[in-house]
Amino acid sequence: MNELLLDLDQNLTAHIRLSLGALAIGIGISIPAAVFVAPHARLRYGVLSVVSVIQTIPALALLALMVPIFVALTGDGLGFWPALTALVLYSMLPIVRNTLTGLAGVDADVIEAARAMGMTPVQSMLRVRLPLAAPVILAGVRTAAVWTVGIATLATPVGQRCLGNFIFTGLQTQNWTSVLVGCAAAAALAIVLDTLLGGVELGLRRRRPPLLWACAAAIAVMFGVGLGGPYAKPAGPVSGPTLVVGAKTFTEQYILADVIGGVCEDAGYRVEGMESLGSAVVFEGLASGEIDVYVDYSGTIWANHMKRTDTADAQTVLDEVSRWVRETHGVVCLGSLGFENAYGMAMRRDRAEAVGATSIDDLRGEPVSIGGDYEFFERPEWDAIRSAYSLTPSETISYDSTFMYEAVATGQVDVISAFTSDGRIAAFDLVVLDDPRGVIPPYDAVLLVSADASQDEDLIEALRPLVGSIDVEMMREANLMVDRDEDKRSVAEAAAWLRERIATDGESGR
Amino acid sequence: MADPADQDHAGAAIELRGVTMRYVQDAPPAVDQFDLRVPPGELLVLLGESGCGKTTTLKMINRLIEPTSGTILVGGRDIAEADPVGLRRSIGYVFQGVGLFPHLTVGENVGVVPHLMRWERGRTRARTDELLELVGLDPATFRDRDPDELSGGQRQRVGIARALAATPKTMLMDEPLGALDPITRATLQDELRRIHDQCGLTSVMVTHDMTEALMMGDRIGVMKAGRIVGLGTPAELLADPGDPYVERLLATPRREVRRLEALEQGGGAR
Ligand SMILES: Nc1ncnc2c1ncn2[C@@H]1O[C@H](COP(=O)(O)OP(=O)(O)O)[C@@H](O)[C@H]1O
Ligand SMILES: [Mg+2]
Repeated sequence: MNELLLDLDQNLTAHIRLSLGALAIGIGISIPAAVFVAPHARLRYGVLSVVSVIQTIPALALLALMVPIFVALTGDGLGFWPALTALVLYSMLPIVRNTLTGLAGVDADVIEAARAMGMTPVQSMLRVRLPLAAPVILAGVRTAAVWTVGIATLATPVGQRCLGNFIFTGLQTQNWTSVLVGCAAAAALAIVLDTLLGGVELGLRRRRPPLLWACAAAIAVMFGVGLGGPYAKPAGPVSGPTLVVGAKTFTEQYILADVIGGVCEDAGYRVEGMESLGSAVVFEGLASGEIDVYVDYSGTIWANHMKRTDTADAQTVLDEVSRWVRETHGVVCLGSLGFENAYGMAMRRDRAEAVGATSIDDLRGEPVSIGGDYEFFERPEWDAIRSAYSLTPSETISYDSTFMYEAVATGQVDVISAFTSDGRIAAFDLVVLDDPRGVIPPYDAVLLVSADASQDEDLIEALRPLVGSIDVEMMREANLMVDRDEDKRSVAEAAAWLRERIATDGESGR
Repeated sequence: MADPADQDHAGAAIELRGVTMRYVQDAPPAVDQFDLRVPPGELLVLLGESGCGKTTTLKMINRLIEPTSGTILVGGRDIAEADPVGLRRSIGYVFQGVGLFPHLTVGENVGVVPHLMRWERGRTRARTDELLELVGLDPATFRDRDPDELSGGQRQRVGIARALAATPKTMLMDEPLGALDPITRATLQDELRRIHDQCGLTSVMVTHDMTEALMMGDRIGVMKAGRIVGLGTPAELLADPGDPYVERLLATPRREVRRLEALEQGGGAR
């Protein structure tokens, strides 16, 4: 809890900065756009259609789409600007729609009176039409505000710190307090903002300027706090070069990022974490140099980035992946950390015995239900497994990886696509089925360093000892410390434990 | 009261020459080959049934709509060559539906045109109070009220004050007393006539009520289907209606008067 509170100021101010910034820009674009198109039926229809279509894109997908777009446009695809852009686009529909509705609802007699009094079209808009439409427009702004604050929690996977960091990390490490803190803070922020905007609206409707200005000022102060609030504070020495360490959204990644961060700090670097990134996003970040170092898996690069559908032995995959990342992105692969985190088809021991399964081959034709993480059933591995072993599952269900293990343990599904370095395989007494046809590609955990960072020999020297230093048993134990329900440890504690083990093993091995 | 300057000048003459307004091609025009001259200082009443083109005629005079053909002169100048915004600010316009701005107070409504013309605050305020008094509303009581806190008659008064704010020489009034009860209406008829004289205006007022036209107009122009079918002072029209339509319109007030006289003489016979 204390650790959470330490992050709260950063995450909250970043969230305010992001959501209020997006809202302000959204208002700044949407109201003038609506005013401009209001008199033209076709344009009106066109603009409304466009903002409506944007709304139908799932928020997470819209955020993720911004990454390649920003990489193409600016070279950098992570963090504040892509997240802000997606949120601005998202905020537009309610504001545009309500501005158009509000303007259309102004009494035609009043508009004609304005013209007859000698108002120019601009004066009529500014002095009569917009003020009369203001309550309706503000209602739209309130809707947009609540949406934006809520959706901003999804900015975490594109590398923008926000209250979503609590939620994403909490979900992955089963730290429900963290999830709750994130949700409660986002909800509180939305309620406060909505109430203040409600005050502005009431002030406008009842023509009570003091109320209007008091609420507007409170919102401005809030935004000011967001802008002025603590930005990411790199850990480590006060001066020295800053490194950005990336991590995807699961426990092992958080722990490894913490281990790498600690090693770099000891070597005199200031370290900034960029966590809970989408799997595709994190590699983009490394390629564009926004992330300096992170751990990926050879099979992931092989299948997702190199688009390879065949498979090969671990050493060949590792060599080809290393060559490919260097040649296409200048990224340096320092080597395997010493363990593999592959997909493994896992079953509860009693179920496996009941079906008589020790390898995937034994599932041929069996009507078993299979659970996978979000990606699994879309990945080439699944196609390969299914066709190689002629699987005919009765059902396939996607889970958040946290809940996937619960699902197999409680018998909701028979088989899951477990991760072989996950501590819960042992904890839940699961059996990983053999892959006699060797269709599941190797997934060695590899240490990747960006093109720029790889020029730094001191950094490479500091990181190299990590290569080959973690075996799968160590990684499973560290993962389980965080993932288990009893005697739960924080990511930092697990990382400290792992570093200690690396150190003692290194000495005894020498 | 109104600027003394106003009283020195007679209002500006209004002249329509062969004005036609056709909203829809091939349909009969709303206003058809209309000729009319309103000399400075006159209050001309345009009278006719609903849909005969009265509002269309008024709106063309301050260029809210542009005639299909013909020429309109205000103060001797062709308004087609005037800047429409400036023209409208120099002409007071009172609406059929009043059209007060609901988001502005009574005082702010009256001050709209002075504000647009960038008068100083103090001058606008003094003018507002003066006009509220002119239309019989106590400034201290009404200045800061919202339009929806007024009765129909009070709203009409504010509409009249607003039209007069920037000391126009010309007033266009579209059924300004339309939806009022008879007593308020009679009072306001007298006041409007007084204001017209006091401010030295040239006015065109639209009504569909012959009695009102007879009470208020220097001259009455009777319209039918976009044309003038009778034009003259009330006395002239009564003496020689000319057109049967005018005759028919005069029948109602005549009957009322006869009935009243009969009642006053103690008889009850019809
Ligand atoms: N904007 C418009 N478009 C088409 N026809 C109109 C429009 N305004 C008025 N008219 C028609 O023109 C005629 C005259 O209307 P109007 O001047 O408002 O009459 P009045 O004020 O005497 O009742 C009517 O037949 C009316 O239907
Ligand atoms: Mg009319």
